[in-house]
Amino acid sequence: MINFHKDHKSLVNTSLTVFAGLSVLVAVIPAYQMQETQPLPAMQPMTEAQTRGLDLYISEGCVACHTQQVRNIEMDKVWGGRPSVPSDYYYSKKRMDVWRQSPSLLGSERTGPDLTNVGKRQAGQEWHLLHLYNPRIVVKESVMPAYPWLFSEKSEKQLSEKDVVVPVPAAFLKPGAKKIVASREALALVEYLVSLKQADIGGEPANGFIPSVKKPAAEGSGTAGLPDGAALYSNTCAACHQADGKGLPGAFPPLAGSAIVNDADPGQLIRIILQGYDARPEYGVMAPFADVLGDEEIAAIATHERSSWGNQAPAVTAEEVKKIREYILTLKP
Amino acid sequence: MKKNFEYIYDKIVRNKLTLLSGLLLCPALSFGQGSTKNWMLNPGVLGTLALIVLVLLVLVLIVYYRVSEFISGSRHKEEAARKLEFSESLVGLNQAEIDAILERRRAALGYRLSGQELGSEVAAEDKRGVIAGVTHEPRNPLVDEKKRTRLDLETPDALKQIVIWYLGAAVFWLVFGTAVGQYVGMKFVWPEMDSVRWLSFGRLRPVHTNTVFWGWASLAMIGLGYLVVARTSNTLIHSYKWAWIGWMLINLSVLSGNVSLMAGLNNGGGEYREYTWPVMLLFASALILTFRNFYKTVAQRKVSEIYVSNWYLLGGLLWTITLVTIGYLPVFQDGLGETVIQGYYMHQGVGMWFMTFTLGLIYYYLPSSLNKPIYSYSLGVLAFWTQMLFYTLIGTHHFVFSPLPWWLQTVAIVFSVGMFIPVVAGTTNFLMTMRGSWSDISKSYVLPFFLVGVIFYFTGSSQGSLQAFRFTNFVWHFTDFNVAHSHMTMYGIITFILWACVYAVLPKLTGREPRQFFVGVHFWMAFIGLFAYMISLMAGGTLRGLSWMNGGPFIESVILMQPYWVWRAIGGSLMFLSHLVFAYNFMVMVRRPEISYQPGAPAPGGLEAGSKA
Repeated sequence: MINFHKDHKSLVNTSLTVFAGLSVLVAVIPAYQMQETQPLPAMQPMTEAQTRGLDLYISEGCVACHTQQVRNIEMDKVWGGRPSVPSDYYYSKKRMDVWRQSPSLLGSERTGPDLTNVGKRQAGQEWHLLHLYNPRIVVKESVMPAYPWLFSEKSEKQLSEKDVVVPVPAAFLKPGAKKIVASREALALVEYLVSLKQADIGGEPANGFIPSVKKPAAEGSGTAGLPDGAALYSNTCAACHQADGKGLPGAFPPLAGSAIVNDADPGQLIRIILQGYDARPEYGVMAPFADVLGDEEIAAIATHERSSWGNQAPAVTAEEVKKIREYILTLKP
Repeated sequence: MKKNFEYIYDKIVRNKLTLLSGLLLCPALSFGQGSTKNWMLNPGVLGTLALIVLVLLVLVLIVYYRVSEFISGSRHKEEAARKLEFSESLVGLNQAEIDAILERRRAALGYRLSGQELGSEVAAEDKRGVIAGVTHEPRNPLVDEKKRTRLDLETPDALKQIVIWYLGAAVFWLVFGTAVGQYVGMKFVWPEMDSVRWLSFGRLRPVHTNTVFWGWASLAMIGLGYLVVARTSNTLIHSYKWAWIGWMLINLSVLSGNVSLMAGLNNGGGEYREYTWPVMLLFASALILTFRNFYKTVAQRKVSEIYVSNWYLLGGLLWTITLVTIGYLPVFQDGLGETVIQGYYMHQGVGMWFMTFTLGLIYYYLPSSLNKPIYSYSLGVLAFWTQMLFYTLIGTHHFVFSPLPWWLQTVAIVFSVGMFIPVVAGTTNFLMTMRGSWSDISKSYVLPFFLVGVIFYFTGSSQGSLQAFRFTNFVWHFTDFNVAHSHMTMYGIITFILWACVYAVLPKLTGREPRQFFVGVHFWMAFIGLFAYMISLMAGGTLRGLSWMNGGPFIESVILMQPYWVWRAIGGSLMFLSHLVFAYNFMVMVRRPEISYQPGAPAPGGLEAGSKA
């Protein structure tokens, strides 16, 4: 009989063996198993610039506040169309170099939004550059740090053709400041962020979302049967067009008083939301939301936009959105 | 936005009423899951609330003892004044009076029993000189006297120096690490405090966590551990040189690790695994060296049994060496393999290193400071093995609902509940050891520090188990509630226990007591600060989780956190200031004694000590 109280050798050996055994069972073996995944067919390997962007993402410690995992519970639905699966991380979670292991992208704090699908929500480079230069330019209440060191100041004369100038509003510039130019690092980071899109898994995902909350019945201002347009607007649109609908001069157009928004026929507005928009050189490019938002959600957002900030136009129904969506599909080659 | 917030707020107020009536009327209600409507009735949430109330009760207890001590203290003053008056009247006696007294004394000493003493009508008077050795100290003076016994003569100078230097470096890292933590916490309120790349939030946050982990707690634990192995094995440390090499390696790893983190070089951002492998190799080498040293010391012990503290110290070192090796081996860390290891590593880092080692310290310093044996040796052994079995299996509870295998998540949740066994065993053991010594709370701050640490051991660990439930995870995961929990444990348990040990042993080693007033300032500022920190983040975190569950816009959940972040910063400031007071107390305790011995008397023990290192 081993006497642990008097035999230090067996005490130490036993506690080491059992602990190491349990560790192998609960950590090493599952870790090996989790490594054996293949990428989804729709996924692309990361480009060189995206890899540099990811590098910066890690070295600046973005993972301290931003997760990249859509959990299989309903509240995470806003961050992606389906729960994350191990294959999603096939290209991004590889050992970075001799010194650094595979990046801890899943994260443990959601102080800022989840970034799994940020490339779909926020496809424009301008928005990201402005946001990195100072997040409070585009999101007034943001507590994210500013990253001015990813940008340089140049005078009009020093600007070259290749320079990407960021339209920073005067209020956020030092007096007498010159043009703000994005560095190579900043562009790589934005390229990485814009590339973050959930790949299509094909068909319905095997493991759907676990419902959590019975939606509070008919809360807020939504027209009967539609989801809450104000909340959807705040989540999806306000980062560019702002909560007050006034947009940002030189970057994002205002919706308040806009002719397209107030048009009695909502067709143009719905098409822009579905297909994106790049008709006006003085503003940034708008991404298409056809894959991100459903008919009812788009109807709710459009209705909210048409009835807020002094806008007065009739409500939009999901049927109208559906019709236009079908029409657009027929246009596609 | 405002409407939605009011909606949540309303709901909470309404639910408080529901909660009360629910508790009174129908216990079965408390299992109503699956909707935010009854979130407060969830067992996990209820349990957490009960645990917070428990901590509050302990606070009340400590206040009660301190206040009653203060009141009786003023009574003592009156008594002392009367005594002084009496002594002065003695001095004022004239010769005749003194003679009369002495004459009576002579008669008393010469008195012989007459055999008729019982039942007489004579007034009670000790004419016979029976009563001797009177003391005015009402509480067990012999025990108190022994407790003050100094260890400075029987502890070798080399060992004393090791303990002091390990603790000294630990104090430095505590002040530095929490200054960084406080700065980082303030950035939630003022995100544009600076625009220096090296000081940006993402880079400084791991500097805070790693410094307090590997700098403060680890160094303090090992330093205190050296004294435990030597004393409980009744022998000398195997190699003082190894101890010094270990000291240098750990400090070097924290220093180089922090510089590289601030320069933007980290291991991939996994929590507590931010130091790159060369840095962690320094740390692991120090652990291996320390383990060898402890092991050899225990092996050459002069007593046949291995005291239970040493089980924990050796186990903690051995497990942590294994843990760091698995955490940094590159072959199974691609894809979600890294995530499995991350859950395992960050949980075990706390459980197998800080918690296990600190428990070992309690098993020595708590009974020795109360001058009594531990309540139950066997409970300590039970807690040791169950700690190893259950703690090891629960790392994945940091990734509930993630793409990690569902079975792994379930194992983690089930064994999180199993953690109640070691936690209850340990807590019972410590509280039963304290039983009967509650009056010590009023005598010094050592017991209050221990008591708070032990209570947080129970509440913090149990709360962690409750947080692993799927429903509670639903509300709290990803919110600042996690940050509150980690401060409740790493600060409430580990740091408070380490302080208790330092205040218990350093004065005995150096012969210098810190001013009780300043120890009190340290205690109360740290405790109240921690409470403000914890409660604000728990409340804010809960509201934030609810806002997410209700599908509110994300930015609204940022706005609603702002007042709670302010309160966190206030609590954090109190905690940080208390560390400055602690650093001052530490200086007082280790300052070299002024040389004031009598010529001809042997030199005091600590004399040549200061010249080393």
